[in-house]
Amino acid sequence: MSDYHEKTLAELSTLLQTGEVSSSALTEYFLSRIKQQDAELNSFITIAEDQAMAEAAEADERLKSGNTSALTGIPIAHKDIFCTRGIKTSCGSRMLDNFISPYDATVVNNFKQAGVITLGKTNMDEFAMGSSNETSFYGAVKNPWDTKRVPGGSSGGSAAAVAARLAPAATGTDTGGSIRQPAALCGITGLKPTYGRVSRYGMIAFASSLDQGGPMAQTAEDCALMLNAMAGFDEKDSTSIEKEVPDYTADLNHSVNGLRIGLPSQYFDEGLDDNVKAVIQTAIDQYRDMGAEIVDIELPNTSLSVPVYYVVAPAECSANLSRFDGVRYGYRCEDPKDLYDLYTRSRGEGFGAEVKRRIMVGTYALSAGYYDAYYLKAQQLRHLISDDFKKAFESVDVIMGPASPSTAFNIGEKAEDPISMYLSDIYTIAVNLAGVPGMSVPVGFVDGNPVGLQIIGNYFEESRLLNVAHQYQQQTDWHRQIPDSFK
Amino acid sequence: MNYEAVIGLEIHVQLATKSKIFSGASTAYGAEPNTQACAVDVALPGVLPVLNKEAVHMATKFGLAIDAEVAHRSVFARKNYFYPDLPKGYQISQFELPIVGKGHIDIELEDGETKRIGVTRAHLEEDAGKSLHEDFAGMTGIDLNRAGTPLLEVVSEPDMRSAAEAVAYMKKLHSLVRYLEICDGNMQEGSFRCDANVSVRPRGQQEFGTRAEIKNINSFRFVERAINHEIERQIDLIEDGGEVVQETRLYDANKDETRSMRSKEEANDYRYFPDPDLLPVVIDDKYLDEVRGELPELPDQKKQRYMDEFDLSAYDAGVLTGSRELADYFETVAAKTGDAKLSANWVTGELAARLNKEEVEITDSKVSAEEYAGLISRIKDNTISGKIAKEVFDAMWNGEGSADEVIESKGLKQITDTGAIEAMVDEVIANNPEQFEQLKGGKDKLMGFFVGQVMKASKGKANPAQVNELMRKKLNS
Repeated sequence: MSDYHEKTLAELSTLLQTGEVSSSALTEYFLSRIKQQDAELNSFITIAEDQAMAEAAEADERLKSGNTSALTGIPIAHKDIFCTRGIKTSCGSRMLDNFISPYDATVVNNFKQAGVITLGKTNMDEFAMGSSNETSFYGAVKNPWDTKRVPGGSSGGSAAAVAARLAPAATGTDTGGSIRQPAALCGITGLKPTYGRVSRYGMIAFASSLDQGGPMAQTAEDCALMLNAMAGFDEKDSTSIEKEVPDYTADLNHSVNGLRIGLPSQYFDEGLDDNVKAVIQTAIDQYRDMGAEIVDIELPNTSLSVPVYYVVAPAECSANLSRFDGVRYGYRCEDPKDLYDLYTRSRGEGFGAEVKRRIMVGTYALSAGYYDAYYLKAQQLRHLISDDFKKAFESVDVIMGPASPSTAFNIGEKAEDPISMYLSDIYTIAVNLAGVPGMSVPVGFVDGNPVGLQIIGNYFEESRLLNVAHQYQQQTDWHRQIPDSFK
Repeated sequence: MNYEAVIGLEIHVQLATKSKIFSGASTAYGAEPNTQACAVDVALPGVLPVLNKEAVHMATKFGLAIDAEVAHRSVFARKNYFYPDLPKGYQISQFELPIVGKGHIDIELEDGETKRIGVTRAHLEEDAGKSLHEDFAGMTGIDLNRAGTPLLEVVSEPDMRSAAEAVAYMKKLHSLVRYLEICDGNMQEGSFRCDANVSVRPRGQQEFGTRAEIKNINSFRFVERAINHEIERQIDLIEDGGEVVQETRLYDANKDETRSMRSKEEANDYRYFPDPDLLPVVIDDKYLDEVRGELPELPDQKKQRYMDEFDLSAYDAGVLTGSRELADYFETVAAKTGDAKLSANWVTGELAARLNKEEVEITDSKVSAEEYAGLISRIKDNTISGKIAKEVFDAMWNGEGSADEVIESKGLKQITDTGAIEAMVDEVIANNPEQFEQLKGGKDKLMGFFVGQVMKASKGKANPAQVNELMRKKLNS
């Protein structure tokens, strides 16, 4: 038996390029791992076996002809929020359980152009609304490090699949922490790019001004390779930014000597688990040992980020999800007796509780008489939160802190307590509100559960984040740990 | 009591872009249902809108043409409501920051006075699809071909005081958007649609009465009828001790009545908010200057020029500049004949009457400007009289050939041979001796009788001026 699952994406790339393995063999290998081991995790909604094998055969042709990119022949998984032509794209919802997308998201298309194979579609919180992957219509995803625990959310399926090495890497999306928090809870490396860096076209919208797709992989280097394919201006997305895409692997080997790391006091407050804090502190000490300068900073408006987020995101989602009305595609109730019945039952039956909760909160926040007090006020406060980061980056190069206040919690523990669930994103949400890039990097364990260090950079400084993470990973092997049952 | 109506119009101008406002699908009218609806128009999961620059260009032209402030920064907003032909569950429109701000349009009143009507704003938005209630027993069909078609909604101030003023405003706006070539103006196909806000108040009162909004009135004639009907309804209601309620009413052209659609209480809360999928539209002065440079001569400027250059009356100049096509027609005729005034008379007279009667647009006139100029030239050089010209025009309209061909084949050339006319005059006098004596005795009215008789004898071909002159000579001899 081979050990392809122990390889990073970069290592697999070398094997493919040198012809030591074919894409077909690699794809078959991971498909079989998924089929054998995902029953335990529930990290996939759809396994796209036939398409994957066909794509692998094409990739092998390309590899022979020499017309390749570093990613040609690599199989990955896509979060089920990305539209994939000919493959069910459910967004974790009953509403889209019958939806086969007729088109590819720009991100999916970019990977196809690079010769990447789609193994399947990963589980997620319904419409990306959740921090535990428990709101999925397809059931909770289990954390491969401890299957009683959640993998985080909303990209919980992608995080669990990569952590269990059912796929070398996966795509995710991050609206309030949905890449970084599950990456932290599952012990993998995940990057949320600057808002506008990766096209949102074909990525089913939750909160349009916050949503951003990004890579979830084992290492920073793998994330860099993925981002090379994902990033770029897209004329189909007016909010994508027309800015040259650098080679994100180019700066990986820069030294961090002299790097100024800011530690915001607000990210180390009483809400942070002491054991997690200790692990984070150790990682920061290691950066100091590598020559970085540690600076105490303030992000004074951090406490506003959760309330601001829970006005802005539901408001946008309340409109974004209006298209799911049972008229043109998706779930339609049985025997609607009139239009009103069609709408209310299709939406009532098609959406789960958390989605309905957010649609109602958002609808309320935008209603006549409340708009100024909620939505408008939230947008004003959002500027203050952005200003915190702008000010901080005048004196530091990156900001570090925990990606999550605790390690993975138990399935069911917070499901009935939305406020406590919402607070698990307290360290990640501000980054989305400001639009800056952020990463989570595995830096250790507490009682066998992974801890993620969050690294936040200035706008478009993904290269620096990847460099900073890569340098740490050159000295540690937390990112190479695999849960026992998936070794 | 004496009442005064207060009217404001909201006019939806469908912009003549090739593709939709937020997608690349075609806007052509009349295709098979749902063949011009792409992924964005159908609102598939994950799709995003991308603004059509040409729609912004057209809106900018309009703003400059009505002397309005074109916003340096305007914002698209989502207007949320559920309807089966609204695929996203919201319409992308503009709310707080429209692209065109306050401007104005001048209309001509029946008494010849000019009145300035304020334009509050004009904003860009997308059209919805169509719900098809026929042909689907118990169900509704949805056609999304129209979904995403660009509209410019032009909102007037409540400055109009009668249905006639409202129609004059609507016609002026219709003419303007066609001058600007930003709308095809086709009302049957819904390219130019009108909602009217109507209220009444006792004459002299400052405050407005409660208004009713009449939706979707799609011809000039219906606008006039719908508004007049609504004014009457409101006055009757008040006179009977009732109260006008704020509501939306629908005009039924078949029954010539308006009926209530929904009251204020039932009105939607549209929950407008800025669309996060679209960036603000930013327009700089350089762009405005470029667009200003592209503007054609506008109706008011053209009208003034006709008055100055051709010495036309304000009325004639106004009629001729009523549409760009009519003005172009007139200018071709005037250039060919070299007589603007005569050309103006014949274009606004015989031709306009015929177009009106046959309900034909000037662009579909059966007599081209060049052909019509041929006819007018024959009047000008005295080949035919005005009366004969009408007969020639009839023949030309019926496809019997050019003016010269018709004159030739029908032998309609005016008789200018003095001898021939004098012979006819003598004959008429000889046949009517008594009347001639009375005329001589001072009964001047009989002059007309004699001229008429001679014209009749000549089958209209005698030159009337010559007939007059000869008769006078006979009287004095």
